[in-house]
Amino acid sequence: MAGTLNFSPDDRYNAFITTCREAPFCDGALAGTAVAVKDNISTAGIRTTCASRILESYVPPYDAHVVGLLREKGAAIVGKTNMDEFGMGTTTETSAFGPVRNPVDPSRVPGGSSGGSAAAVAAGFVPMALGTDTGGSIRCPAAFCGIVGLKPTYGRVSRYGLIAYANSLEQIGPMARTVEDVSRLMSVIARYDPHDSTMLDRPYDHRPSADIAGLRVGVPEEYFGEGVDPRVAETVRDAIGVLEGLGADTVPVSIPGMRHALAAYYVICTSEASSNLARFDGVRYGPAVDTKKTWHEAYQDLRQAKFGTEVRRRIMLGTFALSAGYAGRYYAKAQVARRNIKEDFERAFRDADVIAGPTMPTVAFRLGEKTDPLSMYLSDILTVPANLAGVPAISVPCGRVDGLPVGLQLMGRQFEDERVVDAAFAYEQEVRR
Amino acid sequence: MKTIVGLEIHVQLSTATKLFCGCSTDYRDDEPNTHCCPVCLGLPGALPRLNQKAVEYGLRVAKALDMEVPEESEFARKNYFYPDLPKAYQVTQYDKPLAIAGTVEIEDDEGHEKIVRITRVHLEEDPGRLVHVAGGSKYSLVDYNRSGIPLLEIVTEPDMRSPQEARRFLNKLRTILEYLGVFDGDREGSLRVDANISLEGSVRVEVKNISSYKGVEKALTFEVTRQKNLLRRGQTVTRETRHFMEGRGITTSARSKEEEHDYRYFPEPDLRPLRVAGWVAEIDLPELPVARKNRFMEQYGISLNHARTLTGDPKLADFYERVASVEPVLAATWVADTLLGELNYRDMSIAAVPPDRIAELLELLKEETITDKAGVQVLREMLDSCAAGKPCEMPAAIVEREGLGKATGGEFTPIVQAVIAANPQAVEDYRTGKKGALNFLVGQVMKETRGRADPRELGRIVSGCLETGGV
Repeated sequence: MAGTLNFSPDDRYNAFITTCREAPFCDGALAGTAVAVKDNISTAGIRTTCASRILESYVPPYDAHVVGLLREKGAAIVGKTNMDEFGMGTTTETSAFGPVRNPVDPSRVPGGSSGGSAAAVAAGFVPMALGTDTGGSIRCPAAFCGIVGLKPTYGRVSRYGLIAYANSLEQIGPMARTVEDVSRLMSVIARYDPHDSTMLDRPYDHRPSADIAGLRVGVPEEYFGEGVDPRVAETVRDAIGVLEGLGADTVPVSIPGMRHALAAYYVICTSEASSNLARFDGVRYGPAVDTKKTWHEAYQDLRQAKFGTEVRRRIMLGTFALSAGYAGRYYAKAQVARRNIKEDFERAFRDADVIAGPTMPTVAFRLGEKTDPLSMYLSDILTVPANLAGVPAISVPCGRVDGLPVGLQLMGRQFEDERVVDAAFAYEQEVRR
Repeated sequence: MKTIVGLEIHVQLSTATKLFCGCSTDYRDDEPNTHCCPVCLGLPGALPRLNQKAVEYGLRVAKALDMEVPEESEFARKNYFYPDLPKAYQVTQYDKPLAIAGTVEIEDDEGHEKIVRITRVHLEEDPGRLVHVAGGSKYSLVDYNRSGIPLLEIVTEPDMRSPQEARRFLNKLRTILEYLGVFDGDREGSLRVDANISLEGSVRVEVKNISSYKGVEKALTFEVTRQKNLLRRGQTVTRETRHFMEGRGITTSARSKEEEHDYRYFPEPDLRPLRVAGWVAEIDLPELPVARKNRFMEQYGISLNHARTLTGDPKLADFYERVASVEPVLAATWVADTLLGELNYRDMSIAAVPPDRIAELLELLKEETITDKAGVQVLREMLDSCAAGKPCEMPAAIVEREGLGKATGGEFTPIVQAVIAANPQAVEDYRTGKKGALNFLVGQVMKETRGRADPRELGRIVSGCLETGGV
């Protein structure tokens, strides 16, 4: 052991569920660097709750693959960050441990579901953090809190130890204040793991380069249309102008499948979630069930009491979407829509090397502002396409509206995470100068 | 009324490790929950990693049953709640199984060859096991040692026409699986059967979770009678799932709720589709039962019956081939008839018998050092010592100790003389032409020599003595 990092932040934003006051670390590329880990990533000996009452006292006996890699490289794991319960939310308000506040403006949400990781970075508690992104859960809070977040290509980072919400969509990814740190963290976690059968052996070994002369930047009209705050759209267009100024060429592209993206996304993620979360039945996690009842009644009672409203809503939706007689209408159709979007991206990437647009259609909401689940779901419209297509996407701060951060989203071809990192790096270097 | 039977057989594949993790499958005699890891415990975040050996075993079966292996097959989640199912879903295969459309040849009730069509085979994981604590405890325990054990589900078309045919099919299937080396029939619960049965024109009843071949025949026989009686009384058969109560030999209706399960199958997102059709060509099948039976008849010159018996179990066939060189026909008789009978009587397995002992016994018989009768005695002594867990004695040592060596010529003369002297009535009968009297006298001598003499040789000696007018 190379040392111990003392960690006792003044967590006024409720960014952490668990903090490790004395975090051990060893030698390596990240020796002594404080790294916060989202609380849906398993850490041996450190409780991992998914911000849910049902896992309130669950201490994993094993490390997620990425956590093992972090420890190996000398990172000090200083805490487990707050999040929407099981990642189901866009604001970090569905946490059973209370909402996270946005360090930029504490009356605002930090975005979600990796809101705790984003807030911990934005507040300066840690230089970098791990988040997870199922439909925008890294990029949304990165945008709202004014930091950088990368959702890697699906299959680039091991999901082993990530408590699944929607397996076919989600990836663990790096969050930090700078593109360079995001890239550093990415090069630690993107290492092959045979435990994850959906992974490819494509390690990330890259130092960001700001040379983007000749880069073709696709600009999809769908990312600047209805529902997108015109001031946000304007800010992002300006940022794309900066890329042009660095020698990039813009080309119009189109993702027509976008109009079914949200519907497809919510059918797929809730279907998978309904299956993933079924194991939390009180037999092995959560308080013991009441044995005076039959086991299925006891299961029902426990799940009713220990899952939050949004989680129960999504389990019900997913159960319905997979039911006999409905699966063809919902689950199967969603897969068709997903394929269409994937093909749209492949087509767009024939003309463009990266695709640029806003990360979120608006700036951060006020706490409690989004009460209707549907309007909350709608705010994911610009982030879910990358998850459906499995492509890498980064959010980098690109200005402010009403004093609140706006994120520029850059998406790339599968396994071209390096290219989106370079484009984000070039932008960041240019505007910081 | 024609009986129509189709079977779903769950076979435990004999891989060293589980279907989706590296835990050992050999948990016999081990403490509960000692062969577990995050994967087979279904811990949050754990991911399945497919055991290639299990796939290869599945493909071996597919090839042996002459099945088609589609370009792509896929794992799916079967979602249901049960306390022994740690993930609350079972990873199985649904609409894209490993292989489809095969055949198994069996004998029908008239002894004619017939084909049972195989619909599909697919891979799936076994759940854990509930342990109910005796004495009305408020709780049950779960043992996850079995969780994740690889199973191959084999589904037949409704091609069997009687409970007996179903049993013959299972015996045949078991033999093939054992030949393929993918199955260990000695493991507890290694083969479980769900049987669908209907009478022609009536509805189908499913009898679930029968754990022995005898059980299948019994359960089906019970169902045939039950359904016939219902129809005879003018009642209808209910379409339902029934459980077989092994101890009582009857089936009882399962709660109808179980039939209403909606398993909400969908493709397992944690595993990639399986593209293994190309592997099939590379799989070398061992010699299968029919081929081996034919070779035995040709190579060893033994009878169809002996060949069939010997090849009915690969371990028995291997055993025979190890001792056949002494004298193939003699060996076949002794292994297929005598040894097998003595083993069954003692409920012993062929694995408990050292082949070199039997080879030595066969040598003694071939050289006529001992008689057949003494041979049986030696065999029994040997098996009794094996069964008692003692080292298996050498046949020659038993012959020596028990004085079972074949008696010859002069050795008998005093005994023959004594028997003739003691039975004047029989001697008289013989002389008046009652040939049966000779057999009686020979029998008496045999008794005195404890089977060490060859009866034919003895007959000649006794009649010689009698003809020459005495001793």
